[in-house]
Amino acid sequence: MKYSIDENGFYGRFGGAYVPEMLYPNVEELRQNYLKIMYEPAFQEELQGLLKDYVGRPTPLYFAKRLSEKYNTRIYLKREDLNHTGAHKINNTMGQILLAKRLGKKRIIAETGAGQHGVATATVCALMGLECIVYMGEVDIERQAPNVARMKMLGATVVPAISGSRTLKDATNEAIRDWISNPEDTYYIIGSVVGPHPYPDMVARFQAVISEEMMAQLQEKEGRDYPDFVVACVGGGSNAAGAFYHYLDRPEVKLVAVEAAGLGVDSGESAATSVLGKEGVIHGSRTLLMQTEDGQVVEPYSISAGLDYPGVGPLHAHLHQSGRAIFKSITDEEALQAVLELTQLEGIIPALESAHALAALDRIGAKPDEVVVLNLSGRGDKDLATYLKRFHFDGE
Amino acid sequence: MENRIKTLFAEKQQGLLSVYFTAGFPNLNDTVPIILELEKNGVDLIEVGMPFSDPLADGPTIQQSSDIALKNGMTIPKLFEQLQDIRKHTQIPLVLMGYLNPVMQYGVERFCQKAKEIGIDGVILPDLPLSDYVREFKGIFEENGLSKIFLVTPQTPEQRIREIDSHTNGFVYMVSSASTTGSTTGKAVANTDYFDRVAKMGLRNPGLIGFGIHNKDTFGQACNHAKGAIIGSAFIKALSQEGDLKQNISSFIQSLRN
Ligand SMILES: Cc1ncc(COP(=O)(O)O)c(C=O)c1O
Repeated sequence: MKYSIDENGFYGRFGGAYVPEMLYPNVEELRQNYLKIMYEPAFQEELQGLLKDYVGRPTPLYFAKRLSEKYNTRIYLKREDLNHTGAHKINNTMGQILLAKRLGKKRIIAETGAGQHGVATATVCALMGLECIVYMGEVDIERQAPNVARMKMLGATVVPAISGSRTLKDATNEAIRDWISNPEDTYYIIGSVVGPHPYPDMVARFQAVISEEMMAQLQEKEGRDYPDFVVACVGGGSNAAGAFYHYLDRPEVKLVAVEAAGLGVDSGESAATSVLGKEGVIHGSRTLLMQTEDGQVVEPYSISAGLDYPGVGPLHAHLHQSGRAIFKSITDEEALQAVLELTQLEGIIPALESAHALAALDRIGAKPDEVVVLNLSGRGDKDLATYLKRFHFDGE
Repeated sequence: MENRIKTLFAEKQQGLLSVYFTAGFPNLNDTVPIILELEKNGVDLIEVGMPFSDPLADGPTIQQSSDIALKNGMTIPKLFEQLQDIRKHTQIPLVLMGYLNPVMQYGVERFCQKAKEIGIDGVILPDLPLSDYVREFKGIFEENGLSKIFLVTPQTPEQRIREIDSHTNGFVYMVSSASTTGSTTGKAVANTDYFDRVAKMGLRNPGLIGFGIHNKDTFGQACNHAKGAIIGSAFIKALSQEGDLKQNISSFIQSLRN
């Protein structure tokens, strides 16, 4: 496995566990236990049962006929939007909550951007009867109001992060500070393939169910278990990691990671980390990071709260640096157009995050007989207010 | 030149007061005046904070002082420029404290060389873990005569405390309780079992207790269990008050000891 972690938790130069000593025991406890617990037969049985009967897996692999006609290639949508709670995030939270229970933790904390991870965490906490505290940037609380309401209804406490850009990065800072202050009873469910080792590897493994199912579904539909392209949006990179996972060592599959360009890569209002980032350390991991010359983290911007992050998971930094994945950036406007297009061609309203992946379809160079799988990471319910306003369906 | 931290601990065995402040706060050019005033008031060691946009281990007070310092224009090159002649004016032990990323961007080796040239004695980078330090950077720090100071907490296992002790040569920074900096919940000095457990380990390095030490009482109690204590957020708050900088510094420091 060329693209898996080494014994110190690095993908090539990226990864590691750059945490203050206060977090060392927690991170170490997790590092020593995660693989052992994850692959216990009883754990797998419980997880697989819940993924099937509660989350609704496997999610369909849908051949999008009209979209395929439009782009003159063969496009399948991996329907992560059909998961319970409306995004891929629950694949990870379900895994981690079972792990937290086995570690005897009583209190769950999480960060969230779009609120999808927050909702997915609040959901599994309700299911397991565990206390749940979700940190969310003040800006995101405003732009993803329906998800805030859902979290509260699920019994979670939503704590606004009021420092910095008041978005995902700052919510993550606050979650980490909470963990520092509550080292014994608290488990931190990180929402993407970011953070200190072992989180990136663990979250990727929980999300790998996406490409595992894709293989079986493609075998059935196409007579071979792989596509020519896998396309996914990247905030921290968890849905992309899951969609890429079983194809990482198969060079016949081209991997396309799509980042948020915001108002444009050169506009100063962007979240395209692979273009704008340099090697640095954020949230416990050495990775590509948008930062000033002096090493201060730059506040990113994207219309999509889930992609509004100045870093990227270390796996993706490695895929970028090694050339294994192709990176594209999509502006707010392009993503919005892609929302309308999918809605009107296929009757599916996608999340803003997933729309970034959709908007990249015309620039991957897929030939008519090639197979493209696009990971439709989430549905657009949470973004309706933005859509109504931008598309003037609200009568204005 | 002998490392000043070593000399300090050789000369003074108890009641040491170490003070942290964020460079560039309240004003960009306060760094040297603050250092000199702290020395004048009998502080034993000074930790000069290099502000970072995302200080994970810090509570609101140091976060805010860092934000202001960055807005004021503080950077590592600027700080080095301010400290260029500091050794003409004082021999107080100086430790630079900050997060790894800005130091990485400056270049760890270049950072250590410059720190040595200025006469810095030690460095604290809370998010540089021991294993990475030993693997990548220990040689560079030692070549430049810099003590790399590590944190231990009530949750740090004994074996790891010993490992940390074996790789450091200034003091062991004993984080008082599980918290970020600046908590005043009183947890700071409650953990006497932990302080005494570390004290009995017979470490090579002396210990200083920090995080949440904020007044005469907590300072005094911490000093009963270690060689001394570190005060950060409470000092930043004192600096934030209206009035004359020097006056604020001296009345705060005097309030700790009298
Ligand atoms: C629907 C959806 N897709 C994608 C993302 C981005 O996260 P990641 O890159 O970890 O998949 C989010 C994050 O909130 C999301 O809600």
